Amino acid sequence: MGYFKDILEGGWSLVEGMRVTLRRLYKPVVTVQYPRQRVVLSPAFRGPIELVKFEDTGTHKCIACGNCEKTCPSGVIKVQGVKQAAKGPKVATQYFIDFSKCSLCGLCVEACPTNTLKFSSDYELVGVSRADSSADLLAKLGESKA
Amino acid sequence: MGNGVGSEWIRLIVGLVVVLAFSQLNALFLVWLERKVAGHIQLRPGPKEVGPFGLLQTIVDGIKLVGKELITPRPADRKLFMVAPVLVFMPVLVGFLVLPFGPDMIIRDMNIGVLLVFAFSTFGVLAILAGGWASNNKYALLGAVRSVAQNIAYEIPLLLSVMSVVLMVNSMTFSQIVNSQQSIWFIFLQPVAGLIYLICATAETNRAPFDIPEAESELVAGFHTEYTGMRFGLFFLAEYTNMFIVSAVATSLFFGGWQGPFGFSLGIPGVVWFLVKTYVLIFVIMWVRWTFPRIRFDQLMNFSWKVMIPLSLANLLVTAVVIKLI
Repeated sequence: MGYFKDILEGGWSLVEGMRVTLRRLYKPVVTVQYPRQRVVLSPAFRGPIELVKFEDTGTHKCIACGNCEKTCPSGVIKVQGVKQAAKGPKVATQYFIDFSKCSLCGLCVEACPTNTLKFSSDYELVGVSRADSSADLLAKLGESKA
Repeated sequence: MGNGVGSEWIRLIVGLVVVLAFSQLNALFLVWLERKVAGHIQLRPGPKEVGPFGLLQTIVDGIKLVGKELITPRPADRKLFMVAPVLVFMPVLVGFLVLPFGPDMIIRDMNIGVLLVFAFSTFGVLAILAGGWASNNKYALLGAVRSVAQNIAYEIPLLLSVMSVVLMVNSMTFSQIVNSQQSIWFIFLQPVAGLIYLICATAETNRAPFDIPEAESELVAGFHTEYTGMRFGLFFLAEYTNMFIVSAVATSLFFGGWQGPFGFSLGIPGVVWFLVKTYVLIFVIMWVRWTFPRIRFDQLMNFSWKVMIPLSLANLLVTAVVIKLI
């Protein structure tokens, strides 16, 4: 008797399985057809680092303190700054990140005292040589004091 | 159709050309259909870039396959290795000769039509064994040996279920079998036989969940591991054409062939009914492939010898008794 029960129960489970896949057949696809549609990124997405353009000053607030350079575990940041006035803060004149070694860990973003670093939401990054991975963040912001 | 030897030859040649063209187009269409069905069941779209809805994808894949180098491994048995793909494709084409596409559209209405189809489809197993052995590759050999065991085991209930239908009609001629389904299709009179036939047909064509011989994730690629380029293409084409033949036989035996429901054709020509039913069955076979996991080899053999064969024997017995009583 167990023989027939096995056959019937097993057979019914097969039918139920086929019902599941049939229902899947006319559900819409969940893939995103990439070049024509893009995925909606969450605000927590970690793209390559860039400088924030603040609204009140219209520029970055990097004071070239070097915290990010010291914190970075891979040593990819190079900052240089110059004092604008005798008793004022420094302003960054050069800011380079070598993205071929950046692991997007975010320690620099956390360490920055003026919150002038942030993650971008850029992912379409293609380069044809190793030089393409070294980015000048000040030039990206629109000002270069190189 | 006229009389004399000439018209017979013309009919044969036209039939052969149509069969060759049809089998290629059919394989093209089925590969596309498989990929689309597989895609949508897995909630993705399948091919859609090449041609509208990806219809030209198969042609482009074929061109790519033709362009690949035909490698023959040095320790392989050359003659057998080269013969195997051809041997697997030829018998499948023979099966087309006796299929009843329409009321007057059989190339050769032989009175042993059913026997012919199944006799020639067994050749495919021989070709698989030849290919696996000649490859001189332990994975291919394992795949081939398993394929032989599987095919032998599932051939028996397949033929027994077909015998139940043949007993009812008292003939092996396809046109007579289709004609005697005018009042009611045999699937309603013989549901068990129909189900057994469909399961065994899936096993005979080495389709999932019975695709141990090809076992894509277990045996590298089973018996066709060492085949490259168009030789692999031939194995592939043969599998899809085999699927078509087996579904076409199922439509003729169980689902009324070229007739409409209850004999009413509803103005649609017989060929269209036949093709629609065959492709629905092929869709069911594909649907089954993407639903169930592969059966383990010992489960496969157990299932055949302990479940399929007793059931089909019992079905045959009951059919014989009922026919005697009526």
